[in-house]
Amino acid sequence: MEQRVSLKRTSLYVSGSSPANINEAVFYNEDCIVYDLEDSVPTSEKDTARLIVYNALRYQRPADKYVIIRVNGIYSEFLDEDLEASVRARPDALRIPKVESAEEVQKISAKVAEIESQVGIEVGSIELWCNIESYLGVINALEIASADPRVVALALGAEDYTASMKAQRTKQGLEMFYARNALLIACRAAGVDAIDMVFSDIDDLEGLREDVSMARNLGFDGKTAIHPRQIDTINSFFTPSKKEINYALRVLAAVEEGKRLNKGAVALDGSMIDKPVELRALTTIAQARAAGIKIGGENHAG
Amino acid sequence: MPVNAVGRELPERIGNYLVKPYQGTNALEPTSKKVVSNRVLTLRPASGSKVVDTLEQAIQATGLKNGMTISFHHSFREGDLVVGQVLTAIRNLGIKNLRFAPSAVVNIKNPSIVDFVRDGTITRIEASGIRGELGDAVIDGLMEEPVILRTHGARPRAIEAGELEIDVAFIGASAADEYGNATGQIGPNACGALGYSFIDVTTAGKVVIITDNMVDYPCVPASISQQYVDYVVVVEQIGIPEKIGAGATRMTRNPRDLMIAQRIADVIAASRLFKNNFSFQTGAGSISIACTNYLADRMEERGIKASFALGGITANIVEMFNKGLVRVLEGSQSFDAVAARAIAEHPNILEIDNAVYSNMYGKGCMLDKLNFGVLTALEIDVDFNLNILTGSSGEMMGGLGGGPDVASGADISIAALPIVRGRTPSVVNKVFTICTPGETVAMVVTEAGIALNPRHKHYEMLREDMEKTDLKIVSIESLRQLAESFTGKPKQIECTDKIVCIVEYRDGTVIDVIRQIKR
Repeated sequence: MEQRVSLKRTSLYVSGSSPANINEAVFYNEDCIVYDLEDSVPTSEKDTARLIVYNALRYQRPADKYVIIRVNGIYSEFLDEDLEASVRARPDALRIPKVESAEEVQKISAKVAEIESQVGIEVGSIELWCNIESYLGVINALEIASADPRVVALALGAEDYTASMKAQRTKQGLEMFYARNALLIACRAAGVDAIDMVFSDIDDLEGLREDVSMARNLGFDGKTAIHPRQIDTINSFFTPSKKEINYALRVLAAVEEGKRLNKGAVALDGSMIDKPVELRALTTIAQARAAGIKIGGENHAG
Repeated sequence: MPVNAVGRELPERIGNYLVKPYQGTNALEPTSKKVVSNRVLTLRPASGSKVVDTLEQAIQATGLKNGMTISFHHSFREGDLVVGQVLTAIRNLGIKNLRFAPSAVVNIKNPSIVDFVRDGTITRIEASGIRGELGDAVIDGLMEEPVILRTHGARPRAIEAGELEIDVAFIGASAADEYGNATGQIGPNACGALGYSFIDVTTAGKVVIITDNMVDYPCVPASISQQYVDYVVVVEQIGIPEKIGAGATRMTRNPRDLMIAQRIADVIAASRLFKNNFSFQTGAGSISIACTNYLADRMEERGIKASFALGGITANIVEMFNKGLVRVLEGSQSFDAVAARAIAEHPNILEIDNAVYSNMYGKGCMLDKLNFGVLTALEIDVDFNLNILTGSSGEMMGGLGGGPDVASGADISIAALPIVRGRTPSVVNKVFTICTPGETVAMVVTEAGIALNPRHKHYEMLREDMEKTDLKIVSIESLRQLAESFTGKPKQIECTDKIVCIVEYRDGTVIDVIRQIKR
């Protein structure tokens, strides 16, 4: 677990019942792979999917990706066996569907801890992503995000949420606007990552661009992808642009120069650089580096 | 048993075929000095017309006899209706024991070529590839004599060297006049360039044009000149238009193939040879088509224009031409209706002779001037040898086409393939059939990374150029291991001793043979 990828721009769902897709998924540019045992796996194949995902993680685990297993729902008959297999597969995180309360998180965490200690994994090392997919989940987002140290991210699920709200799904997504903001505020307050909902129409890349642009502007850290074709588009919005990187580098250079000259305050292009500007610049560079962009002075390779 | 330069053990003789082992891509000087042609001096027809009423009459008039060699072009691809009609007419005349030597065997059904082999009309086949039903039957030992497979460049060489003398060439044309001027560019069944038939037309003993679209004399444009043509036959239909360009222009939606295509464009854009007036051949596979689009994007981003695009021309290459991204298109084949029409519409979109495109013994072919060539393949091995013929169970999957010629001619030849197909690894220790020698393959681009070939003539340049990028460079051995870790090691295909196909390299040497599969 020592080498964590800090980026969570894209989380690609891959069905646990499709070995071919599982093999292929490692080669795309997503930051996180979500091996799915839930919705994409037919009831009759739950057991094989567990076995396939377990083996994929034990023997074909991608070295440079954050690996997640989505287990079946908290009240489903499959959850216990899912956890037994999933924890033993040692993913970076488990993704729990339809979480609605802190108590649910704590129960799962306790079960995970039990299995971790049984199999000799450091207790607490497997993280949790909680899917928020109902109005109750949205109302309780902050307590869910703060329920347990394992929780590192909340991920929004639009389909179930809108169904619970008696709302209609639209491409523009105004019906999700409140939930997106509510989840974001909870995540920021709890210090966990906020992952945006899936954009379902895999053939509409223009629609995806608009959707992911909104997510990025609102403040999300990443977005779930349901098809490899969506990955590069999503990444591009969550990856700093050349312009942003160059600006960040100039900010940091100005700060350095200020320190060298022992100046209290520094200015760049006529504006003062205060602490938030410096922090944002550091974040930009860290994100760019994590995204594999080579940065050296002003001459980075794009 | 002699061993050739890619390590294949070969017998000295295969029946009457004397084996010359492959010695290296540019190792051999041509042995025969004079170009061989069967063309004969002929007085103009007394009637003033070369039109005969039926295929049977035309065949009789050519003097076709048992044991002779007949040829066809493959420009109608899967929509071809010429080959079946001609072979049926030959069968009706009771002519047997022919050598069937098309530029490539297209997978025709009703009738199938297999039928004509079974009834003895055809006893020998020499072509670029034999796929479909015929391919399967040959691998299973259908024929007494082994099939000789030649690359696009090897065929005109073999013809001019006297190794493949064509008695009668049957040339399908989508328009022709009564004196034999003919073209593939116009008419309801237009297929575009007829570049594969030029060598047949100029060297065959007799030439028969077959068309379903008789036009007023003179037929313009005339890809084929009347001076080479003996007879013209009008039939009801020469092709099925929707199948003539089928499949070639579809843009893949497979994310893996798109990723490979994008990486190829990245590799090209990262090379120092990617500058104004560069040249390229991307081909017509699904990865190739996508790659062409990405390449166009890179050219637009960097303001770079190409001098020429070569080989099979597709709609998206024509689109690049229309945007001013490429100065000249040199096409021996047009893969779709847009490309077929474009030749007649633009003076800088040219129909070229396949020999000009690819024949290494023709005082210099256009491939010699090519910077980048994309090669699709079924398998690659750790020595970078490519298999473009046989699939995972040894079955015939494709034709040699121009791949081995492109690899040898281009400065940078880029093999493109996924490391795994279904349950089979495509990066292996030794490919089942070597078609393109590894020394001519500069690199392979896969979904799992790019491997450069240390034995390639431009390795150092490529390595330097690629090191300046973020592209993931790995060793071919690591790709093999990764592929095998997904699939396990497949059981080796078992063969009998019977050689069913001889794979000739562009210089006429034998690079590999294919043996009958043990069932």
